[in-house]
Parts: sequence; C-alpha cells; structure tokens
Amino acid sequence: MDFIQSHLLTIMMLTPLIGVFFIMLVNHPDQALVNRNVRHVSLLVTMVTFILSLLLWAGFDGSTADFQFVEKYKWFGDGISYYVGVDGISVLFIVLSAFLMPICILASWETIQKRLKEYMIAFLVLETLMIGVFSSLDIFLFYLFFEGGLIPMFLIIGVWGGAERIYASYKFFLYTLLGSVLMLVAMLYMIGEAGTTDIPLLMEYQFDPGVQKLLWLAFFASFAVKMPMWPVHTWLPDAHVQAPTAGSVILAGVLLKMGGYGFLRFSLPMFPDATVEFTWLIFGLSVIAIIYTSLVALVQEDMKKLIAYSSVAHMGFVTIGIFVLNTNGIEGSIFQMLSHGVVSGALFLCVGVVYDRLHTREISRFGGLATNMKKYAILWMIFTMASVGLPGTSGFVGEVLVLFGAYQFSSWLAFGAAFGVILGAAYMLYLTRRLIFGDLTHEETREMKDLSLREYTILLPLAAVVFWMGIYPASFLDPIRVSVDNLIVTHLDPALERAENRDADAAEQIAAHQE
Amino acid sequence: MFHAIVFMPLIGFLVVGMFGRSLGDRASQIITSGLVTVSAILSWMVFVDVIMGGGTNSSVAVLEWVRSGALEFNWAFKIDTLTAVMLVVVNSVSALVHWYSVGYMSHDPDNPRFFAYLSLFTFAMLMLVTADNLIQMFFGWEGVGLASYLLIGFWYKKPSANAAAIKAFVVNRVGDFGFGLGIFACFVLFGTVELDAIFANAEGMKDMTIMFLGTEWHALTIICILLFIGAMGKSAQFGLHTWLPDAMEGPTPVSALIHAATMVTAGVFLVARFSPVFQFAPDAMVLVTIVGATTAFFAASVGLVQNDIKRVIAYSTCSQLGYMFFALGVGAFGAGIFHLFTHAFFKALLFLGAGSVIHAMSNEQDMRKMGGVWKYAKVTAVLMIIGNLALTGFPFMAGFYSKDAIIEAAYASHAYGSNYAYIFAVIAALMTSFYSWRLTFMTFFGECRADKHVQDHAHESGSAMLIPLVLLAVGAVFAGYVFAPYFIGELRFEFWNGAVVTSPGDIIDEAHHVHGAAKWAPTFMMVLGFVLAWWMYGRKTDLPQKLAETFDGLYQFLLNKWYFDELYDFLFVRPAFAIGRFLWKRGDGQTIDGLGPDGVSSLVRNIAARMRTLQTGLLYHYAFAMLVGVAVAVTWFMVTGSGH
Repeated sequence: MDFIQSHLLTIMMLTPLIGVFFIMLVNHPDQALVNRNVRHVSLLVTMVTFILSLLLWAGFDGSTADFQFVEKYKWFGDGISYYVGVDGISVLFIVLSAFLMPICILASWETIQKRLKEYMIAFLVLETLMIGVFSSLDIFLFYLFFEGGLIPMFLIIGVWGGAERIYASYKFFLYTLLGSVLMLVAMLYMIGEAGTTDIPLLMEYQFDPGVQKLLWLAFFASFAVKMPMWPVHTWLPDAHVQAPTAGSVILAGVLLKMGGYGFLRFSLPMFPDATVEFTWLIFGLSVIAIIYTSLVALVQEDMKKLIAYSSVAHMGFVTIGIFVLNTNGIEGSIFQMLSHGVVSGALFLCVGVVYDRLHTREISRFGGLATNMKKYAILWMIFTMASVGLPGTSGFVGEVLVLFGAYQFSSWLAFGAAFGVILGAAYMLYLTRRLIFGDLTHEETREMKDLSLREYTILLPLAAVVFWMGIYPASFLDPIRVSVDNLIVTHLDPALERAENRDADAAEQIAAHQE
Repeated sequence: MFHAIVFMPLIGFLVVGMFGRSLGDRASQIITSGLVTVSAILSWMVFVDVIMGGGTNSSVAVLEWVRSGALEFNWAFKIDTLTAVMLVVVNSVSALVHWYSVGYMSHDPDNPRFFAYLSLFTFAMLMLVTADNLIQMFFGWEGVGLASYLLIGFWYKKPSANAAAIKAFVVNRVGDFGFGLGIFACFVLFGTVELDAIFANAEGMKDMTIMFLGTEWHALTIICILLFIGAMGKSAQFGLHTWLPDAMEGPTPVSALIHAATMVTAGVFLVARFSPVFQFAPDAMVLVTIVGATTAFFAASVGLVQNDIKRVIAYSTCSQLGYMFFALGVGAFGAGIFHLFTHAFFKALLFLGAGSVIHAMSNEQDMRKMGGVWKYAKVTAVLMIIGNLALTGFPFMAGFYSKDAIIEAAYASHAYGSNYAYIFAVIAALMTSFYSWRLTFMTFFGECRADKHVQDHAHESGSAMLIPLVLLAVGAVFAGYVFAPYFIGELRFEFWNGAVVTSPGDIIDEAHHVHGAAKWAPTFMMVLGFVLAWWMYGRKTDLPQKLAETFDGLYQFLLNKWYFDELYDFLFVRPAFAIGRFLWKRGDGQTIDGLGPDGVSSLVRNIAARMRTLQTGLLYHYAFAMLVGVAVAVTWFMVTGSGH
C-alpha cells in the first residue's frame, strides 16, 4: 500500500499503458471476439485508473500548498528529470480525467466498429498523457505531455470523425501549432535564463518584468488557443462536430481545461507582473467571447456546434475568474472548469445518444422526444439546467464565485459577464424546446427508443456529480483552497503591490514634472 | 419542525418524480398532496405560535454550502414572522391546489409528472422564503423559476406553451441579472451575504457610497435598486411583466398557485425582507412606489378588454402586485405583506374558480363563447362572486382591509411619488371592479354563447375541486377581518417583532387617520365599476361593441397590451438572432477563418495537394514539429550546459 501511495501518479500513468500492451497482444481471426476483449480490457484499465484517482483524492492533504505524491528521477542528464506531483490546483483535474475515461469507453462501446483496437489505444494513451500534463513538475516533461496529447486527439478526429474530419483536424492542427511553437521558444528561454526545468523552482525565479511580458504573451498564445478564447476559437466548433462522441467528451471535458490550468501553473506564478499588466486584454477578450459566442450559439442549427459555442462562452467565465486575481475568482474558475468538464461532457453524450439513433445532429430533424424518450428528456433537462447555472447544480457554484470575484475587481466586468447568464438561458432553452419539446412530427423520431441500460449507466453518474457539486461543493473546494491562497499570497499580491507602487511613482513623477 | 415543513414537499417530488410511473396516478396524487398538507398544518402551527407568543427570530443550520475566501454561505433557515406568514400562504395554497388538481387533472395522462412538479415548486418556494442568506434566496428564486418553466410548458406539445415557458425563464433571467449584481454589491459593501448581518449593519452604511459602472452611488440606494430589478422580474412589474399573461398557457391550478398566490409575490417578499435596508434608501423607495403604481394602472387597463378568462385574472394579479409594491414603496411594509396574504386566498379562489368554469365549458377559455354558466355551475358562480367581492374591496371582505389600507397609506404619505400612487390606485380600483364584474356577467349571466355540444356537456365540478374552493372562500371572507389587527393594527409591533420595519407613528398609523372622501374613494370606485359593468354587460350588451368601434385606437392599444410584445420583439429578440447570424457567418466564417486557417491553407494549398492522405500527412507534420522542438531543446541543453 505504501508503495502504491508513494508511486501513485506513476502507477496511474502506467495503468492505461499496460492496457495498451494487452490490447496489442489480442489477436484472433474472430473479429467480434477481438473487439469484445479490447473493449473489456479498456474498460477495466480505465476503471482501475479511476479508482486510483479516488485514492489520490482521498490521500491528498488539503492543508498544505506543497506538492504531494512527488516522484523525481533524473532522466536526461542533469537537465531534464521525470518529476511529478500534485497540488490543490491540479489534483482534481486528474480525478476529472480519470472519471471521464471509463464513460468515454462505454460511450464508444457499440458505435465504434472500425479499427476498434487502434481507437482504444489512442484513448488509453491519451489518458496517460492527460494525467501527465496535470502532474508534471518539470517544464520539459509538461511540454511533452501537453503537445503529445494532441496526437491521439488528432487521430481520433481525423480517423474516426465525420465527413469533414480532414478540414477540422487541419484547423485544429494549424491553430495549435502556432501556439505551441511560441510556447516552446519561451520555455527554452526560461530554462536558459533560470538554469532549471524544475517548475517549483521556476515559480520562485523572478524574471525581469520586461521579459515577463514577452514570455507571458508566448504562453498566452498557446493557452488561449487551448481554452479557446475569442478570436482563436473557430477550430473548436469544427473539431467537435467532426469528432466522435467520446472524442468530444474528452476534448470539452479535459483538453480545454489544459489552457486554464496552464494559466494557473505558469502565467500567474511565473510572470505575475506581466499578468497584472495584461488583465485588460484577458477581460476584453473574455467578455467579447461570452456575448459573441452566446449570440452565435443562439442561431446554430447543429447541436454539437451549439454546445461547442456555449463552451467558448463558459470558458470566458473561467478566464475572467483566473485573471481577477482574487480568491473567489480563481477558486470559482477552477470549480467552473471541473463543472464544465462534467456538464459539457454529459451534453455531448446526450447529443451522441440521439445521433446514434438518427445519424444527424441537425436540430430541426428532432422534436418531441419528451414523449417517447422520457428518461432521456429528464437527464437532458438536468444537464441543461447545470449548463445555464441553476443554483443547486454544479454550474452555479463556479459561475457565481467567478462573478463575485469579478465584481470585486470591477462592477463593469461583472456587468459584462452577467449577460452570459441571460443569453445562456436563451440558447439552451431554445435548443431544449426544439429537441425534446413540441409534437413528434417526424416519422423517424417517433421510432427512437429511450435510453438503453448502457446509456443510462453512463449518464446517471454524471447527473449525480452535477448535484453533488452543486449542493455540497465543499468536497471540491476544500482541496483547492490552500494552494490558491498560496498562489495569491506569494505571487499575485506582491505583483499587485509592485504595480501599484509603479503607478504611484509614475503619478509622482508626472506631478513633479508639472511643477 | 422546520426541516419537516421545507423538506416534505421535496420528498414528495423525489419519490413521485422517480417512481411515479410505477406508483400510478392515484398513489402519486396522494403522496404529494398528503406531504404538502402535513407541511401546511405544521405551518399553521408555527403561525399560531407567532400570533400567540409574538414573533421569534432564529436561524436553523442545515448543511455547509460554499466557503471561498471571505465569502461564506450555508444552507440554513431564517425563522421569523415574515417567514411564518409566507409558510402559511405557500403551504396552504399549495395543499389546496394539490387536492384541487386531483380532480382538475384527472383526465391528463401525465399525472405523476404534474404532481411532482407542483411539489418541486413548493419546495423551491419554501427554500426562498426561509432563506437566511442571499444565495439561498437566489436558489429558491431560480428554483421556482425552473418549476414555473416546467409547469407553463407542461403541455409541451403545444408550441405556444413552449414559447411561453422560455419567455418566462428568460425574462426572469433579465431580472436576475439585477438581483445578482445587487448580491455582489451587497457582499462588497457588507462583506457578507447573511441577511441578519446585513440588516444589523444597514444603518451604519447609510452614508456610504460605492462605485457602480463608473459612477459613484449612494451605496444602499444602488443595492436596493438592483435587488428591486430582480423583484420586478419575478413579480411581473411594468417593463418585465410580459411573461406573466403568456404563462397562462400552463394548466389552471398552476396559474392559481404560481402565477397568482405565491411565486409572483416573491418580489414583494424580497423587498419586504429587505425593509431594514430599504428604509435607508429613500430614492429606491420612490422607484418602488412609481413602478408599483404604474403597474397597478397599466395592468388593470389591459385587463378591461381581454377576452380570455384567465388573462383577465392574470392582468388583475399583475395589477394587484403593483398595489403591494407601492405599499412597500411608501413604507407601509406590513400593509404590503398583508395584501400579499389576503390576495393569495381570493386570487387563488378566482383562478381555481375559472378552472372550474373552463372545465364546465369543455376547456373553452374565451368569455365571448361563454355566458349563462350560472345555470350549470351555481356553486362555482357563488364562490367566484365571493372572490370578486374580496378582490374589489367590498366592506368586511379580505381585500377591504388590505387594499384600502394600502390606498390610505399612499394618501397619507408625503414621500415623492405617493400622490401619483394614490391617484393611479383609485383609478385602478375602478378598473379592477369593472373587469371583475365584466368577467362575472360575461361568464355566468346572459345567454349562453357556446355551441350546442358544449352546452350539452356543461356541468358543475366534482367535490374534489369544490372543497378547496370553499376553503379558499373562507379565507377570502375572513382573512382580512381576523388578521388585520396583527398585520396592520394595534398588535403589529409584537406580531412583526422587527421582521419588517414598523414603528409607532409610522405610515400605517397615519393611514388610520385618513378620513372622509379620501378614505371612501376606493369604495365608491368599486360601486361605480360594478354599475358600469352591469350596464355594459348586463343591460346594454351592444354598448361594448360600439365603444370599441368608436375608440378603435385606444381599444386596439389596450387589447394588444400596449404593444409591449411587439416592441420587445423588435428591440431584443430579432436583433439577437440577426446579430448572432451576422457574427457567425461574417465574424467567424469570413473574417476569422478567412484571415486565419483558411487564408493560410490557400497559401499552402500546393504543398498540401501533394500529400496523398491529408490527415496522416498532417500528423507527420505535427509530430515532426514536436520532434524538432525536442531536438532544439536538447541541443540547447548541451550547448549552453544549463540545468546544472
């Protein structure tokens, strides 16, 4: 048990790879038998990983901001090391990734028939890489996981995607490449300047404020694409529309969070002075994103596109929360990311359910599903309400904390962001009306069957988490608290103070000059 | 005890919501109605305690909710007189509506769903009125909004019901926008969202200012205005009222419970709850007065010409809510809540009576196709007439005490806007009386204008529906006489015990000293309204037609509800879709993609064209780029020797 505890992160990363190994071994002329085994192995290893992630959560000590479950081995000479660990900011993202994985495997149970082996391998490798991203404490290791994670995703969209998958994966690629090249250059500079690849040490290192701005912008390029922030968001709707259901779940549920996580892990602690300088940029883009993409979501005719655009709007809340640089805002944005991971994942699964039956995502082809798909309608309503941030669901806690934080920063900011709350209700309810309400006018929709046991098993835990997070969020806020406080006290507050002093000095100089 | 009152409807909702199909209709009805009835009985016990022993003021903790930095709020109940009053109103009407629905919805195939929603609504409303902090109040606030959305759209196959449901939710969200900002401003000023702490510190903050949207404001004024915007949405006040008449798409028991007696009064409750803060924000009070009086007048004027029986009562509700608001605005908080209390009885009675009429007339709601219902449904007719008497303020009926107290308070007040309120209130009293009796004459008397088939099937409702009506009628007759001493009389100080602001020599005392013409004006208007209605709809039945033709412009203006729907459609709905489409096609499509990925792709098309399979080709590119990155990094380490 001690061994497991002290090597938990490594074991979690290896478990899916062990699954990959076994899947590769499976070989038999009977394709059906092979597929069955592949599915079972995949489900088993992802379940094991999920249980391990619960151990991680249970064993996590929320009373300290230090990194825990740390493992460090020299890897590449003296420079790069295999260095992993978690703190309050990262631990729950790992739990989220591990939680969504078995759900994704189950969601692909029947729908994926083509190249199943490769598909499952791609997902399992992706799981390893996602856990790696959130646990890396070496900047170079982070880079490998962060960029490497795109390769399986790229394959999932490009091979198992819809008709326009090539265009979509191309767009995905182009945007991401732009961001990652700039980030790589910045990382190399940092390593050269600070003389270490160690993330905790880099956090302590004081970069020159002028340089910080360039570094901040370089990282921003990468994270803004990932979030995605307006105006570099247009890859997301296409990627979602083309991706298979499980791909969308992981994309919205975990990959988008890497941008927000990156801001919290790198931009804020390492370049605090630049962060303080650039808040206006983030707020401008975020408020535009919230209003712009909400309006765009209102007129979508494709369900997945609508939810993809709503994701951009929700991520706008997250970026606002991160950059208001206060406790409510940052805790709220982390909570909002976790909640969005669950809720948008669930909504994409719901779209997948009807897509599997009718093979279209065009909203006008549906309608009246409340009549013949009652269980589906109830679950859809739960996730819709979580998406519009109804109190008592997970969506509310994150949103309201972010707005509390935003208002403390500026009432204008809260005012702008709160428009998203009105528009969010409009586009989600308009979708709901066209999807599950109304009369059953189409012959095909009348034939559609309610949720199967498998689909029910997938969606029910997600609904339970939505309520758990909404009614008793302490389970999620408690581990986060101390690490966020530490981030604010040791990095952000001093930077804010420096900025204030600079402003005061400048004002004095101007005054002196005028005299 | 309080746990039981609040959570029993929740249990009913959960049990019937999850297992309703297997339980069957009858069991679902009994479980939900029974549990709410128990809640109602317990609520009356609490209320009697308050009356006997004076008010309490305590807090009951339930569960931790959110703790983030300095912000902390929990699930907890605040118990005081105002809570007790609301518990009685909500649970009594809810229980009666549950039992009534057993009869009313007996032909509906979706009984379990309906009863589950009703109980969900009741639970959310109870959470709202027992909230001990602003966020829990917001939980109840949005929860009743959800239940209202689900119940308005209960017959989800009807497009009009779905449209009305969305409208209700989104318009309420506009109000919540203000409510939310008000909560945040409260937190910035007081450092807490706990009600007791806010009220205790309100006086100390009366000279503070805060910045809001770049302007410096008197802090308590801006907070009160923002909270009031939320109240306007939920209570359908002028400007944010458009959802309420459409909400009549829902089944009639829903209209009685949610859109007459309880949910729509949540805004009134909020302002009364915040009376310890509002008293230090006189400008905000003026705003409340003016909006309330305007609504009272506006809604009554529209009610004059509507032909749908439920819409008439809906506009009447809207108008009465206006009365409650300007009562609060002039500082007569006790009177506002008293009217909320009495109104719940007689307006629920009127709605459920209308439901009984609709039932009798084979689901017809257009009064032009009614008439002569008296001979089919005498009990319903008598009960509705009692409701009308109570509403219009016939002496010694419920409305006589509460409504007249409000009008007198407006007259006695010297605050800005109170004259405006008084004049509009008296005119609205005339219109109230007119439309109420117009409804009565059109529905119950004269020749029956329904077709033969409907007439043959016309029948009185069963006792399941009539017994709740009788109980409500008892309230409509006696609620005013019995409780006036506590709410607005000599006993009010012990009764309220600080739950709402009231003190010797306040506006309620002054209102008692109003005499003469000012005092009797509403009563005179009531009689005049009756006579006019009788003349136009009892005697000279061709007169309304002629009047409508002569004053066609005014008639159309009223019939079309002052053209609010058209205006909002033009100002907000169409532009939102048009802008959305523009941003999508032009913004995302042409501009961002055109300059970004598509633009780049056309530059590199030649290279791309040479690739046999694009997706694998791209993958190699990507892997290649990453490898180059790694190689560069490793080289960097070796050359610079950093990392030591």
